[in-house]
Amino acid sequence: MALNKKKLSALNDLQTIREMIKRHKKNDLAFAALGMFVIASLTITLIVLFLDLVLDGYPKFTLDFFGNFPSRRAARAGILSAWVGSSLVLIVTFFVAVPLGIAAGVYLEEYSKKNWFADIIEINVSNLAGVPSIIYGLLALGLFVYSFGLGQSILTAGLTLALLMLPIVIVSTREAIRAIPVHIREAAYAVGATKWQVVINHIVQYSYGGILTGVIIGMARAIGETAPLITIGALTFIAFLPPSPVTIEPPFLNLEWLNAGFTVLPIQMFNWISRPQHAFHINAAATGAVIIILTALMNGAAIKLRYNIRKKIKW
Amino acid sequence: MSEPIISARLSKNFRRNIMERFIEFSLLCSAAFAVFITSAIVYVLVSEAIPFFQHVSIYEFLTDTVWTPNYSIKHYGILPLVSGTLTTTFIALIVAVPLGTITAIYLSEFATHKVRETIKPILELLVGVPTVVFGYFALMLVTPMLQKIYPDLTTFNMLGPGIVMGVMIVPYIASLAEDSMRAVPMAMREGAYAMGATRFQTSIRVITPAAISGIVAAYILAISRAVGETMIVAIAAGQQPNFTFNPVESAATITSYIVSVALGDLEHGGIGYQSIFAAGLTLLVMTLLLNILGHMTRKKFAERY
Repeated sequence: MALNKKKLSALNDLQTIREMIKRHKKNDLAFAALGMFVIASLTITLIVLFLDLVLDGYPKFTLDFFGNFPSRRAARAGILSAWVGSSLVLIVTFFVAVPLGIAAGVYLEEYSKKNWFADIIEINVSNLAGVPSIIYGLLALGLFVYSFGLGQSILTAGLTLALLMLPIVIVSTREAIRAIPVHIREAAYAVGATKWQVVINHIVQYSYGGILTGVIIGMARAIGETAPLITIGALTFIAFLPPSPVTIEPPFLNLEWLNAGFTVLPIQMFNWISRPQHAFHINAAATGAVIIILTALMNGAAIKLRYNIRKKIKW
Repeated sequence: MSEPIISARLSKNFRRNIMERFIEFSLLCSAAFAVFITSAIVYVLVSEAIPFFQHVSIYEFLTDTVWTPNYSIKHYGILPLVSGTLTTTFIALIVAVPLGTITAIYLSEFATHKVRETIKPILELLVGVPTVVFGYFALMLVTPMLQKIYPDLTTFNMLGPGIVMGVMIVPYIASLAEDSMRAVPMAMREGAYAMGATRFQTSIRVITPAAISGIVAAYILAISRAVGETMIVAIAAGQQPNFTFNPVESAATITSYIVSVALGDLEHGGIGYQSIFAAGLTLLVMTLLLNILGHMTRKKFAERY
């Protein structure tokens, strides 16, 4: 009898335990479903955002739109000066941020000794990545526009975006270099290479892909960056092109474009959003579609590149 | 790394040594440039804000509830801008904290390797969306949708941009929080599973408490993002300073005030010009404090494991 009772309670216990397990498994499933739901809704948001711009701006995807200057009449307005401006500004940004960023990253990983100075630089770099972009705009307004007298030019804009991009390049350079094992360096030193030879012939070569990933992501961010350029007082109505950087006559290069006024794609978009007429909102949507396609392509390329590197390179 | 030993012939090569020194020095200069930028930011903001504070007492700046530097009756109270900033940030957090945390737990504890590799690029694409596009989204799509639910909502309000800003910072919270969850040692998970805990119980009762300082750091850094966010609020929240915490009203934030002044004619050295630097300084102090706090919390977490 006693045995039976024990058996019964054990059976009962087993049942309750099984029920408990069932209940908790249900919780597991519920949370997994919730997680999937949240991620699905984020993805849908991204798709809706993209489709909304493309569908709204669809009527404007014509050659005229890319070949016309902005105009007071929405139907004739285009983004010629904006995309030319964006390209020129990005050229400046690229040539300033990339060499500086790689050099700084190489110094911090390969040269700097563990001392207070290295610590200060390190704190500064991570801090700069967290400074809101509009603060860089104020810095550029006070420093480049007025103290250095560069005005509201392509050069100022390019430098401003370069400052924003710098931390991204530095961080990606450092991460890429850190992945290179020490025996690569030792092998190079063993055959008599100097530190610089090791860096330029080996370290930079092998971290190239990782650095490129960071550069692409940084450039994609620079394309869409609006606030700092508005802050330096970038004009929004530009119906002329800056002087061409390349000329037919020697010396073939013309640097006057650096001092020219400019507008860029996101500022042009912002300008059109701010107008009350619906026709301009269509222009804004089309410009937004151009920006988001550009940035998505660049970010996609960077993600793919990083994926390939991770897959291929085994030290 | 230890210094390499160089042969006598090479180490006496003068040209080679000079070159090396020169290169090291130029690389050092590039790295020190970061310090220069930080000092320049502080210098520019402070030096342009000093004349402003000679004109306006700090007490008035911090307590007056009206901000009208560009009107005939001038008031210089930063509070309306701060209230706008805090309200939009708060709405963004209500959206982003649950979504970000759920995403992080899911990615770290539930998702298989393959699922994670598919989802992370999507989050990165979301991070890459320019803020001006998010602004368009808030004004043209989210606000009209909210107006269907709540017809009294004005075209410019803080609710729409706040929600969109929340969506924008979800990936930040998700990736930072996920990093710290994945840093929790495997042994703790195995211990929990060995005791018969389910995945959900392990995530909530073991992993989340263990990674809590990392998760909180993610929240803090996300707040700092939201506080400094400019274009979404400049486009969709209206640019009229308004001392209110009511999300259905329109208001200016610190950042959108700077934008609205910069859009007009800036008289260099005028009080309007100086006021944007005072506003910028306030913003910098706010984000700096948040970033320091965030990094300290993160460091505390990193030291534990």
